[in-house]
Amino acid sequence: MKTIFLNEKELLALLASWCETFDVYAPNDGKGEDAACSVIGWGKIASKEEFYGVLPDKIAKGVHKTSIKPFFFPQPETLVTFTSDNKPCAPLANTVGQKRLILGVRPCDARSVMLNAMPYRDDPYYQANQNKTVLVGVGCNEKAITCFCEKTGGSPLGTDGLDILITTLGTGFALEALTNQGDELLGSQGAALDEALLAEFTKRRESFAADAQKANSTPSLKGKDLMSLYQSKIWQDLSQSCINCGACTFLCPTCYCFDIQDEAIRKDKGSSNACACGTGGCACDAPSVRRIRYWDSCMFPLFTKHASGHNPRGTKEHRVRNRFMHKLKYFPDRFGALSCVGCGRCIRECPVNIDIREVMTTLLAVD
Amino acid sequence: MNNVNDIITQELRAFASSLLESGEVSAFLGFAHGSLPMTTRPFVAKTPEDAQKLVWNSFCVLNLANYLPALLKSIEPPRGPKDPPPEGPLPKAGVIATGCWSRNIVVQTQENQVDRSRLVIAGVSSRGMVDRKKVLKALDGKEITKIEEKDHDLIVEADGAIKELNRWSVTRDNCQSCVHSSAVVFDHWIGPKLDDRQAPNRFKQIEDIEKMTADERWAWFSKEIETCIRCYACRNACPLCYCETCFVDDSNPQWVGKSIEKADAAIFHLLRAFHCAGRCTDCGACESACPMGIRMRLLTKKLEKDVFELFGDEAGMDASKPLTMTTYKLEDPQGFIFEPKHGQKKE
Repeated sequence: MKTIFLNEKELLALLASWCETFDVYAPNDGKGEDAACSVIGWGKIASKEEFYGVLPDKIAKGVHKTSIKPFFFPQPETLVTFTSDNKPCAPLANTVGQKRLILGVRPCDARSVMLNAMPYRDDPYYQANQNKTVLVGVGCNEKAITCFCEKTGGSPLGTDGLDILITTLGTGFALEALTNQGDELLGSQGAALDEALLAEFTKRRESFAADAQKANSTPSLKGKDLMSLYQSKIWQDLSQSCINCGACTFLCPTCYCFDIQDEAIRKDKGSSNACACGTGGCACDAPSVRRIRYWDSCMFPLFTKHASGHNPRGTKEHRVRNRFMHKLKYFPDRFGALSCVGCGRCIRECPVNIDIREVMTTLLAVD
Repeated sequence: MNNVNDIITQELRAFASSLLESGEVSAFLGFAHGSLPMTTRPFVAKTPEDAQKLVWNSFCVLNLANYLPALLKSIEPPRGPKDPPPEGPLPKAGVIATGCWSRNIVVQTQENQVDRSRLVIAGVSSRGMVDRKKVLKALDGKEITKIEEKDHDLIVEADGAIKELNRWSVTRDNCQSCVHSSAVVFDHWIGPKLDDRQAPNRFKQIEDIEKMTADERWAWFSKEIETCIRCYACRNACPLCYCETCFVDDSNPQWVGKSIEKADAAIFHLLRAFHCAGRCTDCGACESACPMGIRMRLLTKKLEKDVFELFGDEAGMDASKPLTMTTYKLEDPQGFIFEPKHGQKKE
């Protein structure tokens, strides 16, 4: 894999050239539309000004308001469509549309894609979404006050999940290819890093890696018998202020739980959205149904409610405990890493300021 | 220097501490400091020592009434679902309440969600709570690392730069249009008792929307809810929302689709707002809780205006009266049934 050096002008030209083969997305304020999904906070871009905004030295510090999760878990995602006359309907939504390239992705968000891919290893929908998406990251020169990626095993210059990482270096930018696809995209652009830049680049990477390793809480959390805290009073204290909304889980890049429903679609002739597949222009005109999967949250009582009426997580204390235990205990037990990338969105937006960093500290401190 | 917030904080701590010390209440509900600038945490003090963690500042944006039904239940002696209630009075809880929160307690009393005799309400005059999003906007979206509050100014530190903001200029829309800022029911008063503010035109935001054509209004509404992620923070922060099963969670019949597509999000917001008609006190907790900055409060404010203009009622002002939407009078206006366009004004 190569690492190249580009100045600002060359970098902008390279970004613009990607628009020819990809739908290119970057952080924005509204709701972007994609053939397969609608994505809040990320929009399609094409103009030079917009590219300018995602350069590592221009992009706002910290993470964007919303994560890139909707690209991989569309809300909702059509799994299958069928009609009453058994005629085949349109192709799956996630096979629709050309390849996407997402710019301005922070290393923490990219790492979430790698982590989510573990439980979704055999999920064809997730895999299809991932296969058609290229992630181009920007390294973090500065941390926001809610950032804690190092504590979770990440790094401000982390490369997990990315195809290309762009960082500021000297008077320009270093572009690091991290996958074959990333390597191809860089093509024959730019020059390799010269000796001085390479030394600086390597030194920085090593020092970041060392810092991250020191700060990583994963080994200590894994080393502690967290199940012994299952009945601890900490959960009661912690959940007291929780209002059990789903803001934390829906903003979290590593929360991936879903529910499934069938929705009957009334056919309105002439409506652009006449078909259940949502793609429009579909020929079938019988009443149709789409099976969707949509985001669910372990904070909602309905999440675990049984048909019998019994709810094994009937109180908010149970639900709050499960959210943190899943991220810090059950997921690591199964997949090795914490199911948290330290982006800090849950801390930033929690209406009652529940702070997962404090939870980690408390879990490690109590006996 | 003792500013208003410090005075209130000190008095509040002393009052809560004395109630807990004497055993008059088992718990006192207030706010504690949050881990980030401009945040507070709803906090239940159970001991006089806990009470020293209580704080009062311009960032107490959630409505404490929201916690009361569950809090009162949690301090009752444990008993099985079929056991009779214990003899004698049940334990009490203390709570600090501004105008709107106290009005929500009145509504909860009217709706049999809380037992007023089990509450000790510490009334306070709200000087308006600050809208975190307005502060961020005033700082061009820069990250705020520190904020110091003075009586009339906020000293904000953002990315190394320091800026002084007029506090009132960044208070929430609902606070700026508030006409009942002091608690309407209370057992004890905390801090200075201020006259209710007289907002020059409390329904200005709504009148601006009413002036739009239907198409413009639909465009405004669609844009407003465009970024809704259906996390239900607005619903869960609301003291009016206590149904065991919310209409959005009902599956038989299912009233609302589950996605964030426009139709589903729109139905959620419209139905939620209508459920608050005649009950909402415009406390603004919904907007403050929203992680996406949606101004869903404008929907309930419109209903507040309608209820005020059609029936002359304001929610939570008088516990002895029935709630507007649960009663019927022969002289209630009904012109809107026959003449939708002219039915907006009181006949």
